[in-house]
Amino acid sequence: MFTVFWSVLHRDLLLAMRRRTDVLTTLFFFVIVVSLFPLGVGTERAVLRVLGPGVVWVAALLASMLALERLFAADYEDGTLEQLLLTDQPLVLLTLAKVTAHWLLTGLPLVLIAPLVGMQYHLTDSSVAVMMLSLLLGTPVLSLIGAIGAALTLGLRGGGILLALLILPLYIPVLVYGAGAVTVGAASLGEAQPYLTLLAAFLVAALALAPLACAAALRISIE
Amino acid sequence: MLQVAKLECRRGDRLLFCGLDFQIEAGTLLHVRGRNGSGKTTLLRTLCGLFTQDSGEVRWKGESIRTLAEDFRRDLLYLGHLNGIKGDLTGVENLRLAATLDGDRVGRDALWAALGRLGLAGFEDLPTRMLSQGQKKRVALARLILSRAPLWVLDEPFTALDLDAVDLLQGLIAGHVAAGGLTVLTTHQAVPLTSGQARHLDLGA
Repeated sequence: MFTVFWSVLHRDLLLAMRRRTDVLTTLFFFVIVVSLFPLGVGTERAVLRVLGPGVVWVAALLASMLALERLFAADYEDGTLEQLLLTDQPLVLLTLAKVTAHWLLTGLPLVLIAPLVGMQYHLTDSSVAVMMLSLLLGTPVLSLIGAIGAALTLGLRGGGILLALLILPLYIPVLVYGAGAVTVGAASLGEAQPYLTLLAAFLVAALALAPLACAAALRISIE
Repeated sequence: MLQVAKLECRRGDRLLFCGLDFQIEAGTLLHVRGRNGSGKTTLLRTLCGLFTQDSGEVRWKGESIRTLAEDFRRDLLYLGHLNGIKGDLTGVENLRLAATLDGDRVGRDALWAALGRLGLAGFEDLPTRMLSQGQKKRVALARLILSRAPLWVLDEPFTALDLDAVDLLQGLIAGHVAAGGLTVLTTHQAVPLTSGQARHLDLGA
């Protein structure tokens, strides 16, 4: 069972390595969106500190969504998706492998680049630490929820914009608690703990439920 | 072994077929024929459980394929219009992944041998997007050599193949049927069998 999980994960990572532009686009999109705000609103230290957490999180939301459309689309077009559906392995596991690969390629880079982005907004050290933690807990939730939308809009014309309309409202709780954590975490790490705990709870719930919903959606979309 | 009872399929508002009944036993080749658009592909996808019928049932060894689910899929190998191979992966990588997903542990030598038998010697290490249509099809067909599934469902397997490959595929199918396997296929090509029985199903007639 884990062989299959691992081989699908490995396949998606290998494909991404052979086609690096897709991964880099997401990362650069994130960096550019975040960098535009200081240019637009000015470099006032106090203003940027207030704006920072929200801007970073909204940018993370958009960046993660940008890559979602391709999550299943490529497999759908070349027929590998129907082959995945016809294996004797649980589809939930295969979906989870694909979402994990997606997060490693689009979510994790955002977590790692967060300190650099934090500097642009004069965030305190503890804010940056909380931001990394909240992104680490929050971005997998974005990938998991997004995968349901990607599966539902598979093969539809204009699926991209529909996906955004479908998924962005569902991202709101993650945005509220993610950005909230960074704001209250400015003083000390401990203050942010309730927020981070809630994000962790979201992650556990999404891990348990999203792959099931995603697998069901895939079966419908492939018909 | 494979039984279809009162099967009815629609695409949108259009009725493709209804009241379809047939049963095939081990060692049989079922040749599905019909005009373009008569529902051959839909029938094959329904047999695999990729398409949901409007009524009726498909049974494998006496049980509905919906209840069997993963147990049925273990016995099934489906090759559709799409090759189901990744253009950015090499032939060997594609085949290894397909074998792993089918639950087979296949050694490196067996993978290379399978591709070699399909006339892909020298092309194993190239990304499959560099190959011609026929060669891509051959990579997909290499799964037939490694597979241990008793039921093969092949949708137009002969398209884009040259004469040698057609011969080879005919041989593979005949061998599978002779060994007690079942094959359901759509094609405009004759498939001579060495043993076992061939049956025909005409759709939209």
